[in-house]
Amino acid sequence: MLEYILEMINITKEFPGVTALSNVNFKVKKGEIHALVGENGAGKSTLMSVLSGIYPYGSYTGSILFKGKECRFRHIRDSEEAGIAIIHQELALSPYMSIAENIFLGNERAKNGVIDWDETNREAIRLMKQVGLKDKHTTRIKDLGVGKQQLVEIAKALAKNCELLILDEPTAALNDDDSNHLLDLLKRLNQEHGLTCIMISHKLHEVISIAHSITVLRDGKTIETLDNTEPVSENRIIRGMVGRELTDRFPKHEPKIGGIGFEIKNWTVHDPLDEERVVIHNVNMYFRKGEIVGLAGLMGAGRTELAMSIFGRAYGKRISGTLIKDGKEITLNNIGQAIANGIAYVTEDRKGAGLVHIMDIKKNITLANLKAITRGSVINEDEEIVVGKTYRERFSIKSSGVFQKAGNLSGGNQQKVVLSKWIFASPDVLILDEPTRGIDVGAKYEIYKIILELADAGKCIIMISSELPEILGLTDRLYIMNEGRVVGEMETSQATQVDIMSTIIKSSGGR
Amino acid sequence: MNNIKDIVNRNIRQYGMLFALVVIVIFFGVVTGGRLIWPRNVSMLVRQNAYVLILAIGMMFCILTGGNVDLSVGSLVALVSAMSGLTSYNLGLPTGLAILISVLTGLLAGIWQGFWIAYVKVPPFITTLAGMLIFRGINNIILDGKTLPLTGLYITIGTGSVPDIAPQTVPDFLHIGDLLKLQNKPEYLNMTMLLVGLTLSTLYVLFIILNRKSKKKRGYEVAPLWSVVTKAVSFFIVINLFSYWLAMDEGLPIMLILLVALYAIYTFIATKTIPGRHIYAMGGNLKAAELSGINTRRIMFLVYANMGLLAGVAGVVTAGRSMAASPNVGANFELDAIGACFIGGASAYGGIGTIWGAVVGAFIMGVMNNGMSMIGLDVFLQSVAKGLVVLLAVAFDMYSKSKSRLG
Repeated sequence: MLEYILEMINITKEFPGVTALSNVNFKVKKGEIHALVGENGAGKSTLMSVLSGIYPYGSYTGSILFKGKECRFRHIRDSEEAGIAIIHQELALSPYMSIAENIFLGNERAKNGVIDWDETNREAIRLMKQVGLKDKHTTRIKDLGVGKQQLVEIAKALAKNCELLILDEPTAALNDDDSNHLLDLLKRLNQEHGLTCIMISHKLHEVISIAHSITVLRDGKTIETLDNTEPVSENRIIRGMVGRELTDRFPKHEPKIGGIGFEIKNWTVHDPLDEERVVIHNVNMYFRKGEIVGLAGLMGAGRTELAMSIFGRAYGKRISGTLIKDGKEITLNNIGQAIANGIAYVTEDRKGAGLVHIMDIKKNITLANLKAITRGSVINEDEEIVVGKTYRERFSIKSSGVFQKAGNLSGGNQQKVVLSKWIFASPDVLILDEPTRGIDVGAKYEIYKIILELADAGKCIIMISSELPEILGLTDRLYIMNEGRVVGEMETSQATQVDIMSTIIKSSGGR
Repeated sequence: MNNIKDIVNRNIRQYGMLFALVVIVIFFGVVTGGRLIWPRNVSMLVRQNAYVLILAIGMMFCILTGGNVDLSVGSLVALVSAMSGLTSYNLGLPTGLAILISVLTGLLAGIWQGFWIAYVKVPPFITTLAGMLIFRGINNIILDGKTLPLTGLYITIGTGSVPDIAPQTVPDFLHIGDLLKLQNKPEYLNMTMLLVGLTLSTLYVLFIILNRKSKKKRGYEVAPLWSVVTKAVSFFIVINLFSYWLAMDEGLPIMLILLVALYAIYTFIATKTIPGRHIYAMGGNLKAAELSGINTRRIMFLVYANMGLLAGVAGVVTAGRSMAASPNVGANFELDAIGACFIGGASAYGGIGTIWGAVVGAFIMGVMNNGMSMIGLDVFLQSVAKGLVVLLAVAFDMYSKSKSRLG
């Protein structure tokens, strides 16, 4: 009998400019539930993508032993054949198909290429019983809640005869009842069927209640593996997660903070797809001129939703509350009005929503404020070139010129173009959503300098970041958000990563 | 010289298309024994293909918004033609008024479709498919299957030329007719055409020179002198050669004035105005455009309303050329227009394409149609050939894009 069902040895995975994993070692015993924890960007999902063949053999170094045999997965199909199944945060179900069809999606029960419906239905009913799903097998996925959809995913994995099940944040989108049900199911499958599980989670109390061992990743490195047969404390885990030294990664800066420039009062937002669901609960915040205010929180805390709902209702339905700018209440019904009122929002989704890739640099920069270079109704293209050149020099955007297509730039330079666009729109309130995501360290430093420069020019800067060190290194004050609420406010000088993490974790544990 | 490379790279697609047009013209010129480029045929080519060009200009905007098309324009041309018959023949209104009503009918139909597309979010493909059926149906209801004759201004627009002020006998040294061995040698040169060509081209060259000077004065970046001079000189030569050519026949077709005006107006809108820029931005990345404060719904509405307007113009032109309002006019016009845009370098995903490209694409289609008919190629084979050209044009585009990443 092998002790370890899975051994990942010296895994190193590099992306252009970033080392996502460096010499990670990760071992899972047969028949255990093993939790993988770490901050956003610590490398948890990357490690699981390496394991499941999403990053094929050859794109990383190191070796993977599954059931004692070396594996070279080139495709997710290979890992599934070997008996490894992964359930992502984004569920991979087809909404207009039935539960039974989804359970066997890509793994159809067929004879000579014709689907055997009797076999499909019989097996589906058996698997549904096993995961405790009491609906009819013909129910369509779109009529199920997220909790039940999660169960269908597990049934789907079981249908593939998997021996190692990986769950990426399985309870992130679930309420407490559904979470408990799911955790009980995992325990039961583990005890009765000997299913080995790897669970990625931010909810440490869940991790402690269910896992046999806990591995902590930080900055793409394995920090430690804790034995949780005797439950360890949350603080013990948090120390491992955030225990990094802060070095000189941020420019030195003396804040020049003025009066209140922007306020959000009693701001409540509902989900545009499910109008009954409240996404932002009665949020109150204020922002002073020249001050950088951080919004800390885990993914899904509602920070992006908050920012976009403020930005001319770019997100959300049934929005209530007031916005006050320079002492006056303002109403922003669309993005055009928001921009006209001096609000700018730099999206977290640079590739998908920040840039027009097939347009050149100068046209991207002027896009949000074309009026500034238009006389009568004619765009002054010469003025546009001048604008492009000015920003290219000011932020040292590395390119062959202002005629280069934005899509051909590196991530950091693309972000500089997006920032230029919003600075050219001359906002008073600048909301930055993950402004350094996917950018290498050197370019990050330059982006930080731009942000500080803008603050010194007296703008209200609101910075959303999932990297705590970044929030701590750059902001003057911070709000902590969790589950759509403000759960804490701190002066950055008095905050630590442990404070922030434990505020978040306590606030979700309490409900 | 990084600069030259830069300029060439930026314009390579435009010149590539023009090159393709020239090759096709030479090819058919040769295989038709020169008949294709006879002055008479050239002015006929312009009139015959005016509808493709007008529709392609509007269609280019639809495609730019994100690869959307308007399938209804053929039927809309038919509806407008029926309206022409109804107003000018049945009701006996003056033709000027009839034309105005007909064009407005096109605009109204465009507004109708724009409403469903932009504000109800019915996909353009479906909306215009419905329009295709609706407009064709209304045409048949109005005309009741009959063909009605059209007169007056319709015929002037469809077939007329600007009157000649002082016809001149062709001087011997300019007698290109001999060189080309034309059958009916032109005896007279149309002075109006020559003067218009000369004036326009001179004004354009002057504009280029003055514009460059004033830019330089205000400290803006200017293109290198050699490229400006080359452009101006070649433009001057081409325009005057072309006007000389038409002058050998009946002179300046009224249709040509209309086409040049439309080309100029829409090129201006596409390249120099905020709505034009917004169309390109939303085709390039819808989300980014919306987050930059662009009202994409209004843009969609305007683009389809404009398509209706241009279909109205194309309808009047088509009716005028055939001198009649008829029930089955306009069949497959939408496909010609869409094909012209893609041949002219439009991206099937939106955001890339120029009015100039639509024009060149329309002429490529036109020259092929005309040339293939002249050499007596079977109509069905013609269809096969046109289909292949569209396919290859887009395939070439995809290939060159994959080579240069984002091109």
